[in-house]
Amino acid sequence: MKAEDDCEKSVSLMKRFEVPGPIRPIIQSGVAVLLGLLLGALLMIIFGYDPIIAYYWLFKGAFGSVSDIMETLAFATPLMLTAVTFAIGVKAGLFNIGAEGQIYLGALGAAAAGGAITLPAGLHVAAATAFAMFLGALWAVPAALLKIWRGVHEVISSIMFNWIAFHFVIYLAIYYLAEPGRAERTVPALPGARYPVLTGGSSLTAVIFVGIAFCIGIYIYLWGTKAGYELRLVGTNPDAANYAGVSSRRVMLLSFVIGGLAAGLAGASQIIGRPPAWSLYATLGNVITLGFDGIGVALIGRNHPIGGILAAIFYGGLQHGSRLMEYNAGVYSELVRAINGLIVVALATPEIITIIRRRFKR
Amino acid sequence: MKTLYGLKGKRGLWLLAAVVLIAIFIYIVEESGLSAVSLLEGGLLALTPLALTAVGECINEKSGVVNIGLEGILLIASVTGVYGAELFENGFFGLLIGALTGAFIGFVFGIISVHGRADQIVAGMGINIFALGFIQYLLMAIWAFPGVHLFERRLMVRPIYTPIGQLSTVTLFAIIAAGLAHIFLYKTVLGFRIRAAGESPAAVDVAGVRVDRVRILTSTLGGALCGLGGAFMPLAWFGVVVKEISAGRGFIALACVVFAGLEPLLALAAAFIFGFAEGFAHAVAVTPGVKEVIPFYFVLMIPYITTLVVVTIAIGKKRFPSASGKPYVRE
Repeated sequence: MKAEDDCEKSVSLMKRFEVPGPIRPIIQSGVAVLLGLLLGALLMIIFGYDPIIAYYWLFKGAFGSVSDIMETLAFATPLMLTAVTFAIGVKAGLFNIGAEGQIYLGALGAAAAGGAITLPAGLHVAAATAFAMFLGALWAVPAALLKIWRGVHEVISSIMFNWIAFHFVIYLAIYYLAEPGRAERTVPALPGARYPVLTGGSSLTAVIFVGIAFCIGIYIYLWGTKAGYELRLVGTNPDAANYAGVSSRRVMLLSFVIGGLAAGLAGASQIIGRPPAWSLYATLGNVITLGFDGIGVALIGRNHPIGGILAAIFYGGLQHGSRLMEYNAGVYSELVRAINGLIVVALATPEIITIIRRRFKR
Repeated sequence: MKTLYGLKGKRGLWLLAAVVLIAIFIYIVEESGLSAVSLLEGGLLALTPLALTAVGECINEKSGVVNIGLEGILLIASVTGVYGAELFENGFFGLLIGALTGAFIGFVFGIISVHGRADQIVAGMGINIFALGFIQYLLMAIWAFPGVHLFERRLMVRPIYTPIGQLSTVTLFAIIAAGLAHIFLYKTVLGFRIRAAGESPAAVDVAGVRVDRVRILTSTLGGALCGLGGAFMPLAWFGVVVKEISAGRGFIALACVVFAGLEPLLALAAAFIFGFAEGFAHAVAVTPGVKEVIPFYFVLMIPYITTLVVVTIAIGKKRFPSASGKPYVRE
């Protein structure tokens, strides 16, 4: 865990993924996804499940009908945002895995602003969203400052802040925001603070447009502005950035804050943008692990905000479809998360494709 | 050879200060009505998985492999350990199965880092994400119950009863393992090769030592120690497996490794500090008079806050192996 060198190394390795031309990264992601699904099938066979039946229901459940696709998009919304949190960290040369804690804070902010205060309808949604993003960004700052001032590696600090956030948010949700008579969740957001539901058959709301707009905004920021260029420069070549007079400290802080905004918005999307609960469960059940899932989504999407949207739709589909898989094939839905982890391992190993190709040539 | 004796310089001072602070702390605790013995027992229990994991990772990182997937190994080994204990009707076999599980994951990680030239940080995180889902899948596939499994009490590994309190055999092993790891790294030929593989793999290669094998070996060994720590948690401590059983310990162990600058003995000391903080949290949580004032959720944050504080204060210019985290490619 060498504090700064490590990130540079991991980023310089990651650069190998980003070969020019869009074809090769797509192939690499595809191969990694296939490998993950194959290994997932192996895990099913070991425990006596039929992978073909399971995968049939998984993909039928995910993309089988229009309302399923809508639901898949609802699952994809928070994922594309937590993917941005990780991706913008990588772009700045950081390994920011703090989305998990920041999404808890975002969800708390949305639940508090959406349920505890009263505002005019349109303004209320905006205020609750803004407050959620603010809390998410606020929670990202300490890890950034520890990194800048003391060189504390962000992997360690962000995980510690995740766990502190976990207990802190549960405490606030139970002691201060619980719905009277229903301690298992917070006060539901008032109707005026909710994003409108798009169709009757699914839980997709207008928050997805906000999410996609945010991702596109990040894309424009990274590739269309000077500040974005500086951020990417620090990530790819810190020495050149330093020589050019770019403050790497400011870039780090900025990357953490933007990541926090994204995770906070993801948290809001689960509270004021997701029926039927419109509230945060005291177990954090409706936001938990979405931050870690975002890491996998970001990597499948090649740490690109637009790629992240596509990867989020894929992984959101797996999450939605896994419920039908569990119901019809008996395979527990959490296997999908394990598959996500296997895909990440496969993506981290660029030689896998070379090894496979060599095997086929023989 | 500046790291011949791990306890040189400023770090030794920090350690001394920590021990003095803890002594004062125990005195205050005793005066305030908490039992120091139960505090020590709790601290030693909490120390065990951290120490095992951190010592293993120290050896691993010395050879140039960085595995941040320790949290995932702890999680998976805790389930397989309990499964093994139920299969063989014996807690010790459970510990063994846990260690073997860890060794297997470590071995695979070694292969993909060495031969697959993986980005080790990303691959390690992949193991963690995999474990988050896989542990729940395993619990469901084996015992058909979501998120938690309570096993029979008789399968627990019995502690040794000493005059000052109970001590788990695994704790004893963890402490001895730290000492052995120090001797292994600094007094044996293989230990020298491990350190050299982390510092200048090309030179080791020229000297006729297989860098890939050394690294896979350390990765496997580190995984085995971590797996033992994982199986220890349900089988000798909690008596139950839950889906978030490791609760960030894999990353606290990484903090120990960073704090220790890859010295196994210092890693043990760091594990003692963090373990003690956790034991303290457990003791506070059940103390009458305290539990009414401080909400339980704040007590639960103590280990993480301690880790942040210690890492923030103690971090400095540490020298890590120059080839740390880099795949070695033969020319």
